[in-house]
Amino acid sequence: MSNTDGYVTEDGRTIGGVVMEMKNITLRFGGVTAIKDITFDIREGEIRAIIGPNGAGKSSMLNVVSGFYVPQEGEVFFRGEKRPPLKPFEVARQGIARTFQNIALFEGMSVLDNVMTGRLTQMKAGIVSQSIWRGKAEKEEVENREICERVIDFLEIQSIRKTPVSRLPYGLKKRVELARALASEPKLLLLDEPMAGMNVEEKEDMSRFILDVNDEFGTTIALIEHDMGVVMDLSDRVVVMDYGKKIGDGTPSEVRNNQAVIDAYLGVSHD
Amino acid sequence: MPDQLIYAIEVFFNGLMAGVLYALVALGFVLIYKASGIFNYAQGVMALFAAMTLVGVMEGQVPFAHLINAVLGTKVHHFGWHLPALVGIITTVLVMVVLAWLVQRIIFKHLVGQEPIILFMATIGLAYFMEGLGDMMWGSEIKKLDVGLPQGINLWIDETTYNIFDYGFFIDNLDIVATVIAIILVGGLVIFAQYTKEGRAMRAVADDHQAALSVGVSLNFIWIMVWSVAGFVALVAGIMWGTKSGVQFSLSLIALKALPVLMLGGFTSIPGAIVGGLIIGVGEKLFEFLVGPLIGGATENWFAYVLALLLLVFRPQGLFGEKIIERV
Repeated sequence: MSNTDGYVTEDGRTIGGVVMEMKNITLRFGGVTAIKDITFDIREGEIRAIIGPNGAGKSSMLNVVSGFYVPQEGEVFFRGEKRPPLKPFEVARQGIARTFQNIALFEGMSVLDNVMTGRLTQMKAGIVSQSIWRGKAEKEEVENREICERVIDFLEIQSIRKTPVSRLPYGLKKRVELARALASEPKLLLLDEPMAGMNVEEKEDMSRFILDVNDEFGTTIALIEHDMGVVMDLSDRVVVMDYGKKIGDGTPSEVRNNQAVIDAYLGVSHD
Repeated sequence: MPDQLIYAIEVFFNGLMAGVLYALVALGFVLIYKASGIFNYAQGVMALFAAMTLVGVMEGQVPFAHLINAVLGTKVHHFGWHLPALVGIITTVLVMVVLAWLVQRIIFKHLVGQEPIILFMATIGLAYFMEGLGDMMWGSEIKKLDVGLPQGINLWIDETTYNIFDYGFFIDNLDIVATVIAIILVGGLVIFAQYTKEGRAMRAVADDHQAALSVGVSLNFIWIMVWSVAGFVALVAGIMWGTKSGVQFSLSLIALKALPVLMLGGFTSIPGAIVGGLIIGVGEKLFEFLVGPLIGGATENWFAYVLALLLLVFRPQGLFGEKIIERV
């Protein structure tokens, strides 16, 4: 598969060229090297999984992509252009949305308000227009509300949209966080363990939503996940990390048969 | 109607209006605490500095006059102009915005993520610095502030109540104007926080910094915005109190009166600051009126603080604050 050509998958989805490239990323925290010289890319429209044992550096890698950590070495290329060190909010404004492993919702707001904050990067009306309200500001607010309601319908959380998120159970909080990330119509969606703490039924629901998002909106998705079944079913390509290094990169079946990955992570069945 | 009751009603209204002014000062604290978790010890000094700057600009004072004269041997004190109040206010607002930007850039940008106590200590340092800066810039003598607000007893109320109750209510025009302005200001702030894009971003920052960053909100911009608004609120409070009793150092001590208000209303609630202010204002004046004569008077000095103390014991989150529940 060449670097820039797209291709069509077996089930008819179109995967484009490379949209995000991490080259020789090294991240250190004092004496600890969390990421050692890692290079991988993400293609447009694909679902890319990042897997590995706990402490492998997966969340750190996601934080580098989203601007929360700045690597000491290496370069990041977004849509073909080299990206200078950016603050997290600048990364968000470029069209990269993310969810967090431990849920970072605005606990004091309702579900709807949380999802509306996802539209903040797209709200253009200035304070003067907003003071007048009629015209530009009102139109924009109605549009934003429509988009948010569509996302809420899509993720089937209509019944709780006025509930303060602090009252929601864990699984629903994760869905609200996904809704907020989707509301910003991102070019790249980063999901940090979206299935953590869910039972089989909830995982099936979440998997279906992730597949639908990719299918319907063509959103490029990178996700960190521990459930191997989910990873193998959902993803187009997988990166495997262990102790900060990359030990596997390819399609799920290629990775499943990689000896290094098996030794480190998947385990070997004993007869 | 018995005399005592009539007097009590008058005291009640005066208390309400005093309460509104307390609420105004408390609002400045709430805004900054809500958005950045910082308890701004310098809020009272900001009110003083704003009032001093306003007087200085209107009277055409030369900033740092004493310093310039001491160093260069000149004797300049005034530019010689007298600017109208509106020009003075707009200029002072701009000064407060620049101040907000400087404070953010020089102090708090470097203290992101620090413990609340460290942030609080930074504001103590800021308070002393601004006090000294104000003195150096504009001089520490007491100044008269007149932006054209009506003063003196409201004659209409005096006459009307005299006709009804046979006793004229003594209510100052300035207090009435202050109340109206405060209500408008507070209403504007509530609408701003709830219904504008910037207000949404501010509430997001107040809730969770990481989450706010991930939806594209610049923390720095919001903090500068919040400190600017708090500076504007400080200016309004400074104008009200400065017109009442002159622009002098003791103006900064009104911030201390805001503390019981914050205890009552919670540190993060805008409506709480208003209601808390009203309760303290009315409570103070009524307590002095009813109980004062029995115990030698001067209860206004301590009543608010004792009330706050009791509240801390029985309901630490105040009347409106969020209950502190730890989920284990």
